[in-house]
Amino acid sequence: MSRFAKLLLVPLVAPLLAGCNAVVMAPAGDVAVQQRDLIIIATVLMLLIIIPVMVLVVLFARKYRQGNNAKYEPNWDHSTQLELVIWSAPLAIIICLGAVTWVSTHLLDPYRELGRLGPDRPIVAEIEPLEVGVVALDWKWMFIYPQYDIATVNEFVTPVDRPISFKLTASTVMNSFYIPAMAGQIYAMPGMQTRLHGVINEPGTYKGIAAHYSGHGFSGMHFETKGVSDSEFEAWVAEVRNSPDMLSRQRYLEVEKPSEHVPVMHFAGVESGLYTAIVNMCVERDKMCVSEMMSIDEQGGLGHAGIDNLAPELYGGGEKNRSPFGPQKTYVAAICSTDEAIAMTAKLPALKAPNATPLVGKGLTRPEMVAQSNAPALDWLAGKLAFNQNTSADAL
Amino acid sequence: MTNEFWSFIFGRLTWDVLPLHEPIVVITFIVVAIGGLAVLGALTYFKLWGYLWKEWFTSVDHKKIGIMYMVLGLVMLLRGFADALMMRLQQAIAFNGYEGYLNAHHYDQLFSVHGVIMIFFVAMPLITGFMNYVVPLQIGARDVSFPFLNNFSFWMTAGGAVLVMMSLFVGEFAQTGWLAFPPLSGIEHSPASGVDYYIWSLQVAGVGTTLSGVNLIATIIKMRAPGMTMMKMPVFTWTSLCTNVLIVASFPILTAVLTLLALDRYVGTNFFTADFGGSPMMYINLIWIWGHPEVYILILPCFGIFSEVASTFSGKRLFGYTSMVYATVVITVLSYLVWLHHFFTMGSGASVNSFFGITTMIISIPTGAKIFNWLFTMYKGRIRFELPMMWLIAFMLTFTIGGMTGVLLAVPPADFVLHNSLFLVAHFHNVIIGGVLFGIFAGINYWWPKAFGYKLNEFWGKVSFWLWNVGFWLAFGPLYVLGLMGITRRLRTFDDPSLQIWFIIAGIGALVIAGGIGAMLIQFGVSILGKNKEWDTTGDPWNGRTLEWATSSPPPQYNFAFTPVIHDNDAWADMKARNAQRPTKDFMEIHMPRNTGTGVVLAGLSVVLGFALIWYMWWLAILSFVALIGAAIIHTFNYDRDYYIPVEAVADVENERTRLLSGAR
Amino acid sequence: MSSHATTAEGEAPQFYELVPHHHAPHGSTQIGFWIYLMSDCLIFASLFAIYGVLGGNFAAGPSPEHLFNLQLVAVSTGALLLSSITYGFAMLDMDEGKKTGTLVWLVITGILGAVFLGLTLYEFYHMIHEGAVPQRSAFLSAFFVLVGTHALHVTFGILWLVTLLVQIGAKGLIPANKIRVQCLSMFWHFLDVIWIGVFTVVYLMGMLR
Repeated sequence: MSRFAKLLLVPLVAPLLAGCNAVVMAPAGDVAVQQRDLIIIATVLMLLIIIPVMVLVVLFARKYRQGNNAKYEPNWDHSTQLELVIWSAPLAIIICLGAVTWVSTHLLDPYRELGRLGPDRPIVAEIEPLEVGVVALDWKWMFIYPQYDIATVNEFVTPVDRPISFKLTASTVMNSFYIPAMAGQIYAMPGMQTRLHGVINEPGTYKGIAAHYSGHGFSGMHFETKGVSDSEFEAWVAEVRNSPDMLSRQRYLEVEKPSEHVPVMHFAGVESGLYTAIVNMCVERDKMCVSEMMSIDEQGGLGHAGIDNLAPELYGGGEKNRSPFGPQKTYVAAICSTDEAIAMTAKLPALKAPNATPLVGKGLTRPEMVAQSNAPALDWLAGKLAFNQNTSADAL
Repeated sequence: MTNEFWSFIFGRLTWDVLPLHEPIVVITFIVVAIGGLAVLGALTYFKLWGYLWKEWFTSVDHKKIGIMYMVLGLVMLLRGFADALMMRLQQAIAFNGYEGYLNAHHYDQLFSVHGVIMIFFVAMPLITGFMNYVVPLQIGARDVSFPFLNNFSFWMTAGGAVLVMMSLFVGEFAQTGWLAFPPLSGIEHSPASGVDYYIWSLQVAGVGTTLSGVNLIATIIKMRAPGMTMMKMPVFTWTSLCTNVLIVASFPILTAVLTLLALDRYVGTNFFTADFGGSPMMYINLIWIWGHPEVYILILPCFGIFSEVASTFSGKRLFGYTSMVYATVVITVLSYLVWLHHFFTMGSGASVNSFFGITTMIISIPTGAKIFNWLFTMYKGRIRFELPMMWLIAFMLTFTIGGMTGVLLAVPPADFVLHNSLFLVAHFHNVIIGGVLFGIFAGINYWWPKAFGYKLNEFWGKVSFWLWNVGFWLAFGPLYVLGLMGITRRLRTFDDPSLQIWFIIAGIGALVIAGGIGAMLIQFGVSILGKNKEWDTTGDPWNGRTLEWATSSPPPQYNFAFTPVIHDNDAWADMKARNAQRPTKDFMEIHMPRNTGTGVVLAGLSVVLGFALIWYMWWLAILSFVALIGAAIIHTFNYDRDYYIPVEAVADVENERTRLLSGAR
Repeated sequence: MSSHATTAEGEAPQFYELVPHHHAPHGSTQIGFWIYLMSDCLIFASLFAIYGVLGGNFAAGPSPEHLFNLQLVAVSTGALLLSSITYGFAMLDMDEGKKTGTLVWLVITGILGAVFLGLTLYEFYHMIHEGAVPQRSAFLSAFFVLVGTHALHVTFGILWLVTLLVQIGAKGLIPANKIRVQCLSMFWHFLDVIWIGVFTVVYLMGMLR
């Protein structure tokens, strides 16, 4: 059977392997290269024990088969030396692998700013990392380039050898942002922000995908990633700036509506604070931003007065489908204007790589949350609230 | 009649929810309906209803309940596998702009229901069936601690399966993946009945699973035969104990988290919403705190089966019994400390990720020790390559690869590139098929003669074995490769034509597996209907080592006329070696539990309750809930729950066995 | 039982139990019920964990300080704790075989449980009336479900207790009823322990926050 199988398999498999583009094994970005190396190291380490086991299985199965009349000791069931070996050999390998894991997990933490562009290529101080805000929408990806005041949908272009610093969030459901050629994936979640750092070292066009199922349009939710030279990048930025489309809040809300297989879109300008508003789920101006809400909650909430600070949900095509026993869909109304809330957020230093452990206190801290101390703001908020109660509902 | 009246009666159940526009579902329905009618007709024609009801459905005999669990699991395997074939076909053809033959609405249900069915209604019933059948026999007990509860547990599991099957034809199933992460599974993004089917089928089945866990723990702790200390228990009983501890300590978390999801959906609370301070991440954490122990719930009993198989067919004591037991216990404890490895990519800090990565790797140490123990059980043995042993060898070769890719995925930076990819899909099928399913097949071939009195057909068993093994690698080898090509899971259409060949190979592999399942069904059919069965008159066809082989095949209703006394952890081997004489006179009457239909009634009402909640028929929900409580209370007024098998009846059965043992036919 | 297994040196070991041995009629019931309680405990553990995580997310709404009335909760807590003591008296009387005494103490226990339940429902009614509904914030969702689940357990406990009263009345203190009283006793004390957790974590720590 085996020779026959080989004859059959070789012509079948050879062209497959040749044509197979295993991007995870041959990526174009330094982070993904290190992750690839780690896969290989871990595999080799484990094969040290896997291969002997598999060989022994076959050997023992052959040697001690019934017809073979090899040595038979039906009552031999214990050997301290052997037990020592079978526990300590895997242990030794796991200690090695554990050490590798600890170091590499910290080195390749997606939240960590890049330490190098490639092997023996430290970061040049003059090169400012490319900042990109990524929003997972139903079902397309939006990229906001704050340094260039442009935005795109389903197209991500970056100069090669320039570190990229992503901030990611999502509009409605959870997703995962993944450019296999550049670096590992990270979740994008509504009302929260995650971080990712990467770099592309070789010019080319790569695939970017949604790696977490997010609904019916999921299969079509991918984008082109282009690594280009600096000059090409400048040209591309200029081209985007020539687009007639602008990404205002209103326009964002239009784009945000679910759509599938969305072609590339370019926006020549982005309304200020839009990305922060998306993270804080307050693109609609009268919604309370998450940062503001968390800041108020830190101070102990707004008491009974806050109970009625709700406005009926009218966005996204009228009243949304709600629970049979739930009240009408509402949201918490903003107390200060969204811009004031964003300004509050902006005053605070942006969090660097988080030191947040996920299960302390109230769970994962949300990276973009307004910092702890806004004590003086509370009086001010209370004043605002009193003011808002005096104004009529149509002001909301 | 007004609309309000009808919507009061039927809630949101209307003609529109029937999937009449989906020809595939309609044809399936017609086929199932015809098949179902044929079965029902045959049962009526042959007047089997009374027999089934009296001897099986209402039975509290752990052996019959165990067999019913197995039947349920195997039937659901066919459904779950049909879903898998459809997915493979879709992925093999949906290239170059061609949408394939499944729309997103249908395809997204398929992968969700495939996962749910395979875990909850295939793997769980199959392993619970084994534990039910074998554990009381192995510990020399006459039944489980709570025989009625056992029957009730089975029917709750079956009730959950009924709800899932209903979703195929009435309404739809969840389109959220098998764990239904919010916000996608929230009312806003999944307003239809799918997620509600998901919630209520798992809640109903979950009650059954938890109670069966309680039952088996109590049984193992309290019902062991005299002399059987904890460290003299057979390894399968040990792994069953650990599995049931895991069940009792993890399923309540699933119950709680699904209840909260249901509240979010029905009442509009804000546990897992993104608004109003809710946290979807909480759901993901909690469901995996259940979900990770769940995979050990499935694999541990299979480890136990393999331990029994290894020592029986090597004709040798199990190597390193003590370290085997400790390895099992260590796995049990560690399985609670690894859940976060299912979402390294959620952005926890590096220290947290590496902690959970390393704890995950540590689990591979006791698991590795187990593999070595089986290996050295074979060493200096005299191995008979019967079907169970073949499955053991296949398991050891397949599972180690799956374990290796698992440890690879436990390295967080590697997980960042492999998470959610087809590599992951290949990994968990590698351990669940190569570990759990192969273990179940070994167990079926091993214990079939005990349950029915004759061995399974060997030829078709071997055909099935080879088709499964070849099919498995053909189906999942390509997925490993595709994962390394950066292809993610759950995709319905593809742009890159170079991928197609891999999906075609995977599809062929699935077809080969289909052949394996077919061969297995033929194996059952040939064995059951075959004229020249090899009847096992000894009760010990494999030269077994544990107590279940000490009694007849199939065992009498009361398992053991005289309770065995244990001196060694291979109790039956010890009895044979020291020439223990089976008592043949002075039989005693035997105290046994009485059959009851309450389990069927309670589970039936639970299904009605679930259905009413899914379709917003509030009057029916209230009615069935009240009826459920009422029926439970009425049951407590029944004090007449046991009876004695008279001495004469016991003597008849035992004398027949004496006659068979003496060689007469 | 294990005495059968140990045999003196040299003596042929016994492999079958030839004399009938009687398992206690409900030998596994208590441990089985205990294991069930532990699984129930995990449901509460999950709800406590949820409350711990979400309990500070008021969504710019009211917080515990604005909502809770410690005096009311102190009274209900007192009722529940007292009911545990009266259940203990019922158990003592049952052990002495006093049917009437058992019934009376069980009735008192049930009434105290009903008082607790009534106060909890009043608290819920009051909060909902004020507009602090479970849908208003994650904190309120977690609060209503944690306290509500406990109240639901008490409700089932009372239902069970009433059923038992009827059964003891009809059949007397037969072993089958005794084991039920013992199981309900475990259940009842378990709910007490859970409530102490709720009282501390939700109410006391909420007010001290």
